[in-house]
Formats: sequence, structure tokens, C-alpha cells
Amino acid sequence: MEYVIEMLNIRKEFGTFVANDNITLQLQKGEIHALLGENGAGKSTLMNVLFGLYQPEGGEIRVRGKKVDIANPNVANDLGIGMVHQHFMLVENFSVTENIILGSEPTKYGITNKKDAAKKVQALSEQYGLNVDPYAIIEDISVGMQQRVEILKTLYRGAEILIFDEPTASLTPQEITELIQIMKRLIAEGKSIILITHKLKEIMDVSDRVTVIRKGQGIGTVITAETNPNDLASLMVGRQVEFTTVKGQAFPGEEILDIKDLVVQDYRGIEKVKRLNLNVRKGEIVGIAGIDGNGQSELIEAITGLRKVKSGTIFINGKDVTNMKPRKVTEAGVGHIPQDRHKHGLVLDFPVGHNISLQTYYTKPISKSGIIDYNKINEKALQIIKDFDVRTQGPGELARSLSGGNQQKAIIGREVDRDPDLLIAALPTRGLDVGAIEFIHSRLIEQRDNGKAVLLISFELDEVMNVSDRIAVIHDGEIVDIVTPETTSEQQLGLLMAGHTDNKKTQDLTKKGEDQHVE
Amino acid sequence: MSNRATNLLVPIISVILGLLVGAVIMLVSGYSPVEGYAALWNGIFGDMYTIGETIRQITPYLLAGLAVAFAFRSGLFNIGVEGQLIVGWFAAAYVGVAVELPKIIHLPLAIIAAAVAGALWGFVPGLLKAKFHVHEVIVTIMMNYIALHVTNALIRTVSDGGDRTESIFASASLRSEFLENLTEFSRLHFGIIIALVMVGVMWFILEKTTLGFELKAVGFNQNASQYAGMNVNKNIILAMVISGAFAGLGGAMEALGTFEYVSSKGGFTGIGFDGIAVALLGMNTPLGVIFGATLFGSLKYGALNMPNAAGIPIEIVEIVIAVIIFFVASGYIIRLLLLRASAKKKEAK
Repeated sequence: MEYVIEMLNIRKEFGTFVANDNITLQLQKGEIHALLGENGAGKSTLMNVLFGLYQPEGGEIRVRGKKVDIANPNVANDLGIGMVHQHFMLVENFSVTENIILGSEPTKYGITNKKDAAKKVQALSEQYGLNVDPYAIIEDISVGMQQRVEILKTLYRGAEILIFDEPTASLTPQEITELIQIMKRLIAEGKSIILITHKLKEIMDVSDRVTVIRKGQGIGTVITAETNPNDLASLMVGRQVEFTTVKGQAFPGEEILDIKDLVVQDYRGIEKVKRLNLNVRKGEIVGIAGIDGNGQSELIEAITGLRKVKSGTIFINGKDVTNMKPRKVTEAGVGHIPQDRHKHGLVLDFPVGHNISLQTYYTKPISKSGIIDYNKINEKALQIIKDFDVRTQGPGELARSLSGGNQQKAIIGREVDRDPDLLIAALPTRGLDVGAIEFIHSRLIEQRDNGKAVLLISFELDEVMNVSDRIAVIHDGEIVDIVTPETTSEQQLGLLMAGHTDNKKTQDLTKKGEDQHVE
Repeated sequence: MSNRATNLLVPIISVILGLLVGAVIMLVSGYSPVEGYAALWNGIFGDMYTIGETIRQITPYLLAGLAVAFAFRSGLFNIGVEGQLIVGWFAAAYVGVAVELPKIIHLPLAIIAAAVAGALWGFVPGLLKAKFHVHEVIVTIMMNYIALHVTNALIRTVSDGGDRTESIFASASLRSEFLENLTEFSRLHFGIIIALVMVGVMWFILEKTTLGFELKAVGFNQNASQYAGMNVNKNIILAMVISGAFAGLGGAMEALGTFEYVSSKGGFTGIGFDGIAVALLGMNTPLGVIFGATLFGSLKYGALNMPNAAGIPIEIVEIVIAVIIFFVASGYIIRLLLLRASAKKKEAK
């Protein structure tokens, strides 16, 4: 068997911490090789070693059988290794072509020759079925399209081996399907792919083989066809994992959240929430399903007081909280797990302990007459770290140095611990691995079973279907339908999310979809 | 190499490197570095008088450094410390000459006047930043010029067209016979105690109070602070007001201690701008500001002796002092070099 890349017994240390311990990964030509591991298992470190950003302390790397020393990313480029980063490295107001040639601009008589470059980009785009307009400006195109520009960038530079780092993290379900098609096309054209992910479904869908790492250790490589999601999850986490969230029947009580005719504008003054009505009762989880950008963010911000409401009312526990300050909303009994944990959820340069008391630092018993008792902050932090299994060195560690999953657990611990009547969870499991997802889902259900109201916003269909008792589908700022997960298929939900509310359109679309497949 | 060893080595190596490069500069300019540094040393530690004067010089640097550091910790860049210090200077001197009161009332009143004037000068950029998102750097720079010329005009008015006020009444003075006798009649005054107390005040606000918690949170992440229910605008204004008050107190040190009057100025005092370097050298912590101000104050005062005792022109002296401070500030680079060196050693093994 011919290996295009062999990483043999790689060891990488940071001080006393061993990020990669004896990991072996062998990539065959023309395969999609998944690299699976929990958050913080050492996947990114391993790939950064391959890409020349880190130098390993032990082991060797072979490319096409030859031992190589990848001293920096330029060497990786010359060896035909390209990386599609999770967070795109694009200049927003440059065109697609300009972004692709950035750093190696072709010149003619000393002047940048964009025309020829654009032609080459066009040709590559057609060859791999990427459908990218070389002259489009980055900020005007969708996230999925931006990712294809990243792919084109590596192809333009002659990459034979493509590393995809968590490529589906910010994509819609439709875009994920398209990406999978693109990856298969790349393989068909003779490329090889390393796919970094912790999403088991994708691994099962596209990969040929899987290498699993856990806590920096290489666990082994398995053939995808000979395994199943359950086994992979156990390999990754090191124990059995529950997939279908276990939850009993819901016993909804009186209304906690009541939204009437809500209209909210975004910062440009465009209406993003349009006369929206919604209620959430005690003891139930209402999931809001929708494609990103259909008014979810504005809705949450309006409820929590972060954004002004144009018209309509929001009642919590019978109290009018419309346009109240965030602190008043919090004090009215709302907990909020924000969509962007780095922007809103945490002060990253604060210690974990400070972050856990971010909304309660001014209340008794933590502070009295304006003086904070930091012992109390530490006590509270230790309790939440223990109850919510936040893996950290202690309350004094900076939030920045925690892994994403543990940051999220700290936020959830903080919000749940205040025992709010309404818990708003926006994308609570974004970017987390199965172990953490399982934990977070069970906590949300626990809140419900304790008679609290939970509002869940998610772009992941699985999550909405698994956790919610009722699903409110949002499209273009309106709740277009409210369904129950038991009587609705993912297919139907997907169509509702795309705005197809009547049956005729639905059928048309299904037909059209089939036609496209035939092509 | 252990962390503690690195932490100790970095400042030592920085100072040594700074002194070495400074020596090279003196050598190539044709002056003796040995004589130059001896003069610097004597200018700082030569006798009780120079020690007293050095401490006096450190005092306003402490408060200017605190002002910059406090704003920094709240995420704001207060370049207006210079102007806030100037208005504080004027306010204290004015209260000092305008009325005569028992010392127990007069002195605190003059000090408070300085703090209030500085605070007011900080309030304006704070308000503009909070309400209209005008960048505080622009506003504070402009406020510096306003401070300079407004106080000059006021001084002329108060002194009937003269260019300095009369000396303040003794009841408003920070001068201390005890300290003067102790230091062979230097101008050392009680201001150093006020400055050190303020170091404690800054530490207390930042590390013990809910206000400090909010200020730091807003400084790091305004979005998260807003999400957590803090009033971001109020905190921005408060941070600038408190920072301005520290700066104003720095002015009071000059008005009530060193000079006991205020005179019209042809240009900025430089203390406020040096406060930026003091704060950065001290990594914006209260204790660090003590270190930064001591370094700055000592070098600035001690350097005055170099032209007299070693015949080195003041221009060369200023370059040498700047080089030393530059190397102390680039401790980061030296830390990096040390880490590289220890990594190489490991590899060689």
C-alpha cells in the first residue's frame, strides 16, 4: 500500500505537558482519512506539526516514502500539503481571485496579473465542481462558498494532500451535503484528504479510515466500513456513550415566556424578527429550528435585553420585560447560554472563578457594601467545577486556557446554578465532542424535569429533534410552524426551515432535488 | 531554567544591557562611560540631599503612572494624563493662594480641588467615548492642549498679567520641616505618602471592590460585560474620572509640594506622557507602577548630574537614559532569547 503521508510515533511537548504522545497516522493515496478525538485531544497539534507550525520532539514524518523535515508552512506547501482552516483566513473586501493569489501574486511586467489568475481559478473551480465566481467579493458570498475559496486556495498552490480542520462547524445542513460531494470529487481527481472532526456522522458518511486519538495518545486506526458510531465514540471518549438522549415525558405547566408580535431590527435597521409569537411553559423544552441568519440571534438578544425591541411585548413570569436592561432581565429569572461563548459568555482574560460569578459578583454573600469576598467566589467556583465536571487547574486559571468544552461547561454551570425559571440555550453544543454534548443535553433535560422552562436554539437538526418537546421552526423572522419531534421527520423539518410551508412547494422541491442527483 | 530564575534574570540582564549600550554611546561620542555612570550614581544616591530630591521626583511619576495604569486596566488609553495633571496643578495652587484657612481644612481642600479638576478633565473624554464612541486617544490629546492654554490664561488673570501665581499659603503646603532636615534641605515633601496611599487605593479598588471587578471586566470584554448586566457606559466614564483624579493629584504634588506655585508653561511638563511609560514598565499593576516610577524618577533626576560632574552634554545624557529604559521595557525580547537559549541547550543534550 502506498502512503502519501506517514507520521510515525510523533511526540510533541509543551513544557511538561505532552500534547502528542506516540501518535502514528498513515494517509493512503486517494483516501479520506478522518482524525477523530475529543476537544483538546491533540488533533490540531498533530496537524500543526504536519503543517510545519510546530516541531515534534520525537518521531518522523515521511512524504511519499521520503523522510522530510517540515520546518515551516512553506515547506509544507512545497510538499503539496494544504490546509483548509476552521476559521477562514480571507480578506473580507478582496475578491475571490485576489484572496487566492495573496502572498504569491503572479506578475506581468511587474504588475499583478489578476486576469490570468482568475482564468486559472475559474478552470480549477470547474474541474472540481466548486462553482465559485473568481470575481465575487468575499463578504458578499455565503460561508459555504467562502470555504470553497479556501479549498481553491490550496488547489491553486498545487496541494495534493488537503487537511480539513473541522470543516462543517459553521455550515448549514445543505452546505454540509455539498461539501461532502466536493470532498468525494477531490478524491476522484486523485487528491488525498485528512479530515479533522469529532462529528461521527460525517466520519461514517465520507471517510475510508479513521485514526482515533485520546488525551494525546494514539489509540489506533480503524476501517470505517468495519466500525460503527458507537464503537468510535467509545474509542474516542474511553467509555460507553449514550446517543439517544434519554428523556421522559414532559409535563408542561403554566407559561413562563410569552412573546407577542415581536419586531426587532438589526444594526442596519433591517427587520430580522417580524411580528413573532412564541411561548414556553414550565417543564418543557422548546427548540427553535432554523437556518442561521433567520432572526434567531436578534430574538435572543431582544429577550435578554441586549437589543432594543421595535414593537411587541415580552413577558417573563407575567412580568413585562420588554426593553429592560440585561441585569433586570437576569434578575427576573432568565439564564442565558450565549451563542458566542468567547464574545458574550466569558471574559477570557478573567480567571474561571471570576467568570462563574460574572452575574452574581454584586450580590450577597459574594459581596457586601461593594466589597467582594474572593474566598466566596472561589468556593462557588469550586462547587460548579465539581458539579459540572469542568476540567481546569482551579478557579484561578484563566478562562482562555480552558478547552472549548470546558469553557462551555463553566458557562452552563453558572447559568443553571442560578436556577433560572427560563433557560435560553443558544447553540449550546457548538464545536463540542460527543461526551460533552451528552452531558449538556442531560443538563437541559434535568432543568426541564425540575419544572423550568428551556428555550433551545440550534442549527443542528439532530439536537433539536433529540432534546426538544416542541419545535418552533423559524424562517425569515417568523415562526412558520410548531411541530412535535415524534411526528415530524428531519426531511420535513429541513423543508420548513427553508421556508416551504405548503405541500405543493415541498413536492416540487423534492422533485427538483432528485433531478439534480440524476445530473 | 525555572520560571523564577527567568523572572529574576530578565530585569537584571535588561538593565545591564541598557547600561552597556549606553556606555557604547558615550564612548563613541568621546566621553567616559565610567565618569558618566559615576555621575549618574552620585546624582541619585550621592548624599541625603540627592536621595531626597530623587524621591521627590518619583512622587508625581507615581501618580501619573497610576492614572495611566488605571485607565489601561479598564481598557482605555488615557493619553490625557498630562492635561489632567496640569489642571490639577492649577486647581491646587489656586486654592492654595486664594484663601487662607486652618491647615486641617486648607491642605485637604487644595488636594481635593486638584483631584476634582483632573477628574473633570477625564470625565469629558469618558463621556464622549461612552455616548458617541469618540476614541479617547483623540479627545485626551486635544484636552491636553486645552488644559495647557486655559491654565496659562487663568494664571495670567489670577496674577494680574504675570506668568506665575504667588506662593501658596503655608496652610496649604505639603512641605515638611522634618523631611527637609532629614535630607539636607531637599524639597522632599509629604506628597510621597499620598502617592503611596494612592497605590494602595488603586490596588484596593481593582482587587477588592465590585467596581474594580466591573472595570476590569469592561476592560477585557465589553460584550460579555453587557451580557452580564454591567453598565458599560457608566464604567467607561468612571474609569476616566478616577484615572483623571489620580493625574490631578500628581499636579497637586507639584503645586503644594515641589514648587508651591503654578507658572505659565511654554510646553507640556512631560510627566503625564512619561506616566504612560511608567505604567507600561509596571505592567499596569499598582506595585509595578512603584517600580516604573522609581526607575524613571531616579534616572531623570540622577541624569541632571551628568552634564555637571562628567561634562557630558544633556542631549547624550537623554539618549543614554532613553536607551536604558528601552532595554528595561523590552524585557519581553530578552525573555524570548533566554527561552531560545535554554531550548537549544536541551536539544544539545
